[in-house]
Amino acid sequence: MYRIVEKRELAEKITLFVLDAPFVAANARPGQFVILRVDERGERIPLTIASTEGGKITIVVQEVGKTTAHLRSKQVGDALADVVGPLGTPADIRQVGTVVCVSGGVGTAIIYPEAKGFKEAGNKVITLMGARSESLLFFTEELAQVSDRVMYATDDGSFGHHGFVTDLLQQLIDGGTTIDQVVAIGPIPMMRATCELTKKHRIKTVVSLNPVMVDGTGMCGACRVTVGGETKFCCTDGPEFDGHQVDFQELAARNSQYVDKERLSFAMHQDERGCGGRCHG
Amino acid sequence: MSRIKKRIDMPSQEPKQRGRNFQEVALGYSPEDAAAEASRCIHCPKEPCVAGCPVEIDIPAFIKLIAEENFAEAAAKIKEKNSLPAICGRVCPQENQCEGVCTLGKRGEPIAIGALERFAADWERLHAPDQKMPEPKKQEGKVAVVGSGPAGLTVAAELARIGYEVTVFEALHVPGGVLSYGIPEFRLPKGIVRHEIEYVESLGVRLLTNVVIGRTITVEQLLDKGYHAVFIGAGAGLPHFLNIPGENLNGVFSANEFLTRVNLMKAYEFPVYDTPVKLGKKVIVVGAGNTAMDAARNALRLGSDVTIVYRRSRQEMPARLAEIHHAEEEGIEFRLLTNPTKIIGEGGWVKAMECIKMELGEPDQSGRRRPVPISGSEFILDCDSVIIAVGQSPNPILTKSLPGLEMTKWGTVVVDQETMQTSIPGIFAGGDITSGGTTVIEAMGDGKKAARGIHAYLQKKALV
Repeated sequence: MYRIVEKRELAEKITLFVLDAPFVAANARPGQFVILRVDERGERIPLTIASTEGGKITIVVQEVGKTTAHLRSKQVGDALADVVGPLGTPADIRQVGTVVCVSGGVGTAIIYPEAKGFKEAGNKVITLMGARSESLLFFTEELAQVSDRVMYATDDGSFGHHGFVTDLLQQLIDGGTTIDQVVAIGPIPMMRATCELTKKHRIKTVVSLNPVMVDGTGMCGACRVTVGGETKFCCTDGPEFDGHQVDFQELAARNSQYVDKERLSFAMHQDERGCGGRCHG
Repeated sequence: MSRIKKRIDMPSQEPKQRGRNFQEVALGYSPEDAAAEASRCIHCPKEPCVAGCPVEIDIPAFIKLIAEENFAEAAAKIKEKNSLPAICGRVCPQENQCEGVCTLGKRGEPIAIGALERFAADWERLHAPDQKMPEPKKQEGKVAVVGSGPAGLTVAAELARIGYEVTVFEALHVPGGVLSYGIPEFRLPKGIVRHEIEYVESLGVRLLTNVVIGRTITVEQLLDKGYHAVFIGAGAGLPHFLNIPGENLNGVFSANEFLTRVNLMKAYEFPVYDTPVKLGKKVIVVGAGNTAMDAARNALRLGSDVTIVYRRSRQEMPARLAEIHHAEEEGIEFRLLTNPTKIIGEGGWVKAMECIKMELGEPDQSGRRRPVPISGSEFILDCDSVIIAVGQSPNPILTKSLPGLEMTKWGTVVVDQETMQTSIPGIFAGGDITSGGTTVIEAMGDGKKAARGIHAYLQKKALV
C-alpha cells in the first residue's frame, strides 16, 4: 500500500505529499520520477520525486485537472492505488563550477533535489525562482539552504523582480557572472525562453520535460519528443535533455492533445464533488 | 473409414453487432456441442497434436473426457501441463500447431482443439472453480520472475508446482503483460485473464505489481536478497516507428500506446475511467500482424472508419487468418502493397498520409518476397489518426542494467535453447525478450523449458 504519511499545502493549489514507498525510495536519485494512480479507475500520471527519506518519497502536486485535484483531496492515512518508480534516467550531477538553477511554478519542486545535488557535488549554486505571484512561491527556505544565492521573480511583481526569471538570468549574464551550466525546469514557455537566452551565450542548459506519459517504462512512446532532430522517449531517455536541442513547439503541441478530454473529466469531477458524490449513487 | 463428420463451428456475435461493442466475439460451445465435437476425435495412435503443442498438453486425453462429458476432469487434464487454458484456448494459433497436424485434417476438418480447450476451462471456471492442486513437497530455492506475461506466469506456475518459492515482479499496475495491455477485451476478456492469474497465485506464487526490475530493484539486488535464480520474461515492449516525416504529429500512436490506453486503462469507458483516447473519424493502421488487427478492431469499436495499410500482399500478412477474416467481416478496409512515406499535418494534427504503391520482388531473409516501391506512384489517403503497428523489440531498461548479459544485434537476449539459461549462470530468459516477438503459446513453451532448466540448475546447486 502506498499510504500518505504527510500532507502539506505549499502554495495556492500546490500540495506536498510524503508517501510510503520503500521500494521506490531505496533506489531513487535526483531527476527521477514516479508514475501513480490515485484509484482503480485512475489514469497513470508522472510526478518527479522531490526527495526521499527512510522508505518514503516526497512529491509535489499542482492541481491542473481531475487527477491532480483528486489526489489533492486525499488525506494523511489514505492510500494511493499505485506508485511505481523510480523511473527515468537520473540527472547528470557532477562538479562543473557554477550552476544556475532556474525554476518556474511547480518546477521548483523538481529543481530542489538537483540544486541540492549540485551543491553537494561542490558547485556554486545560484537559484532563480519564478512564479505568477507570491502566493505561488514555495520551497524558498529549502532552496536557500542549498543555494549560494537565490533570486525571485513574479509576473505581478508581488515578490522579488517584477517580470520573468529569464530577466534575472540576463542580469547575471550582464553582470559578468561566469555560468558553467543552467538547469531550467518549469512551464514550457519558461524553459524555451531560458534556452533561447543561454543558447545565445553558449551556456550548457539542461531541461526536464513533462510530456504526456502512459506506462513510463518505454513501452508506448506517448512521451516522444524531438531532441536534436531525433525522436526520444522522454520516460527512458529523459526526462532531462540538452535544452538547446529540444523541439519545444512540438512538445507544447503534443501536450495539448487531450486538453478537451481533460476539461470534460475535470468538470465532471467538480460536479461530483459539488454534490459530495451522492447524486452519482 | 466412415465419412468424417463436419466440424461444429463455435458461435460468434454477428459482425455488425460486435463492431459496436467490446464484448467477446466468439461465444464458446454449449456442453452438447463440445461433447459432439470431441466425439469426432478418432484417437489416432501417433497423436501428432501432442507434439504440435508447445506445452505438451495430453490433447487426446482431455478430448476423450469432454466426449464423455467429464468436463471438470478434462480441465484438470489440461492444467497438468497448462496453467492458462482459457487464455490459450482463445489466443493460440492452433491452425499452425495442434490442429495443423491433426490426422483428421488430412481428409476433412481437424478437430477444434482450441475451442474445446476453451470450453473445458470456461466450464470449470463457471461450474467448479475451486479445484485445488495437491500441495507439492517444498524444494530449497527462491526464484524471481521478471514480467507476468505468458512466459513469466508459466515459469512461475511450473516452479511453484515443483515446490519452489516463486515471486513474480510486474512493472505495470495489472499483471498479465500482453494479455492485459495488448490483447483486446473482445478477443480475451480481462476477467478471464484475472481468473487464470489467480489460479497461478493459488499454486503459491507471490505476485508483486509496480516493480520495474532494472529501476525499482536491480537483478543484482534480487540475487543479494536471497533469490537463487532469476527468469527474465520482460517481453518485447519497445515499439518500432516508421521513421518517416510527421510521425510525432498529434493523432499518431504506436499500437502499444493505443492498445494500452484502450485495453489496460479502459479508455473506451472514459470518462468513467480517467484515461482518454482520441481517435478521428478516419483511422489508418500501418502493419498487418495480430497487433495491427487488434488495433484496427479496437478503433472500429470506438466508432472510426479503419483502413489497414500494408506494404506486402495478402499472402505475407503475419496475422492469424481468423483475425484477418474477423477484421474484414467487421468492415475494415485493406490497402495492400502500399507503404506510408509521409504523414501530413495541419495545425499540429494528422490530416492525411502520403503512401507509395509497392510490388513484390525477390524473397528476403524472412523468406517472404521483398516489397519494392513503384516510383512515381505516390498518392494521398485522408485520415485523422494513425496507429503504427510494425513490430517491437525488447525493452532495454532491464538488459541495460545487467552488464555481461549476452545480447543479439536485434536487442534480444541470447539463451541456451535447451535450458533457456543466459550467458550469466542462474539467470534465465524466455518469451519475446529472447525471440523478439512471437505468440503467447511460444512464450509459454519457453517458460516450460526454462522451468525445467531452473529446476535442474537449482538441484545441481543444492548438491554442491
